[in-house]
Amino acid sequence: MPSEQATAPGPVAAVSIDGLTRRFGDLIAVDRVTLKINQGEIFGLIGPNGAGKSTLIKMLTTLLPPTSGTASIAGHDIVNEPAEVRRHIGYVPQLLSADGSLTGYENLLLSARLYGVPRVERRQRISRALERMGLADVADHLVSHYSGGMIRRLEIAQCLLHRPEVLFLDEPTVGLDPSARETVWERVLELRARFHRTMVVTSHLMDEINEFCDRIALIDHGRIVAVGTAPELKARVGPNATLDDVFIKLVDSERESIDRRNYGEVRRARRAEREHG
Amino acid sequence: MAKSGGPAAPSASMAERTILQTLADYALQTFAVAAAEVEKLRHDPLELFTRAVQPVLWLMLFGEVMARVRGVAPGNLPYLDFLAAGILAQSALFVAIFYGISAIWERDLGVLQRHLVSPAPRSALVLGKALSAGVRALSQAIIVYFLAFALGVGIDLNPLKVIGVAAAIMLGSGLFSTLSLIIACIVKTRERFMGIGQVLTMPIFFASNAIYPLSLMPAWLNAVSHVNPLTYEVDALRALMLTQGTSDYGLPLDFAVLAAASAVLIAIAAKMYGRMGY
Repeated sequence: MPSEQATAPGPVAAVSIDGLTRRFGDLIAVDRVTLKINQGEIFGLIGPNGAGKSTLIKMLTTLLPPTSGTASIAGHDIVNEPAEVRRHIGYVPQLLSADGSLTGYENLLLSARLYGVPRVERRQRISRALERMGLADVADHLVSHYSGGMIRRLEIAQCLLHRPEVLFLDEPTVGLDPSARETVWERVLELRARFHRTMVVTSHLMDEINEFCDRIALIDHGRIVAVGTAPELKARVGPNATLDDVFIKLVDSERESIDRRNYGEVRRARRAEREHG
Repeated sequence: MAKSGGPAAPSASMAERTILQTLADYALQTFAVAAAEVEKLRHDPLELFTRAVQPVLWLMLFGEVMARVRGVAPGNLPYLDFLAAGILAQSALFVAIFYGISAIWERDLGVLQRHLVSPAPRSALVLGKALSAGVRALSQAIIVYFLAFALGVGIDLNPLKVIGVAAAIMLGSGLFSTLSLIIACIVKTRERFMGIGQVLTMPIFFASNAIYPLSLMPAWLNAVSHVNPLTYEVDALRALMLTQGTSDYGLPLDFAVLAAASAVLIAIAAKMYGRMGY
């Protein structure tokens, strides 16, 4: 199913978000977000800490039910068909989440089984994923001995076994050294080039977003402040503007007047997320 | 990967899936969670021995002293024999009751979220955890068996009875680990859990027949102990583990209580587990 759609011409919405909203108590973490992400696109989500990026991704990956609004992924509704959505997505959370007390191979085996990868294909798919992510040599080592970059690549490998149509990567390069970051992006680009996968990526590193993302959405206070390609966004701020300038300009101009409230809000958002969830 | 010559895409729509396939998937997903846990034990078997310290202390210190008090154990059963079954249940209980902590740990690490975004039903994940608690407890049981044997406890090695012991321990551990998981879903932080875990273990253990018979208890405590699943686990263990042991309630009732309580708790936990991903 995924591979057939992947070859279809023209932009097809892989992710279609419609008025998605999430409240934590009286805090609105995500506020009526409406957005379409095309098939095969690498889509960047940027915004200050506590802006709602992670909450948005949690809703799209069915971890968190929305308060109102909905979204569909690969044609399946996140509210009504969460199980179908889960079959079609991969998710790499912000934290390094591969299980350190298992080997790389065992981590992959667990994923393959949870995703119902047919038994006859399991071994082959696992070894391909290991090769593709450059981990074949360390497959039998405990993940607790891996470097950050290796863990990230393993997590991406875990996400690929069931051949998802959409991959959600929440700050995939956070805490990695530059060469490890480079490798992660190389692999991500390769996946897109070869298999036309759709990727939704968050990051605080504007350089990477600028370089690798086809389109970008800037989120602030749970709302989408701007959407477009990197050149489009930069043009909105001025000639010779960088994506950093875009970020600072579009976020800060709104922010300065309510600076103190905002600091409290970030903390409150974090706390609310922890306590409610 | 999809186009590299492999067979067609794996994800058939729900409608196309037969019930049999769904059941097979469910079993595999449950097994996957438990198997991962066994791998972890294999990588770090030392954990088993550190956990064995507590039952050793109970049997060798508490047991040896209490064995001098006449009339605690019913009939001709030596007190150490009586206690051995109770301590076996206890060591399984202690393993199980802190299972919620590891769920909170996995949540903080993001491991749990990854499981939750997989198509595995929540109940399969919960059942897998219950099963793995059972496996862990079984490894404890082996140590307690050796120890009890060394202390001269009359151990029944009839294979059918040993299988019965394993079943009772699996059920009991599944039950209490799921209870622990439910608490973890509610409190969500390790600090809060630690407090509750301690508070919970004491009454479950002492308001049961693990270290003294219910007949010694005041009426109200006796009543409480009668609704405590641990009482039925210990009762079954006493009948199955010991050459001289007997069951007060009958094995069918013991197993029925354990199975029913497990089913109810697993159903509740499956409903709540998803919230761990928030």
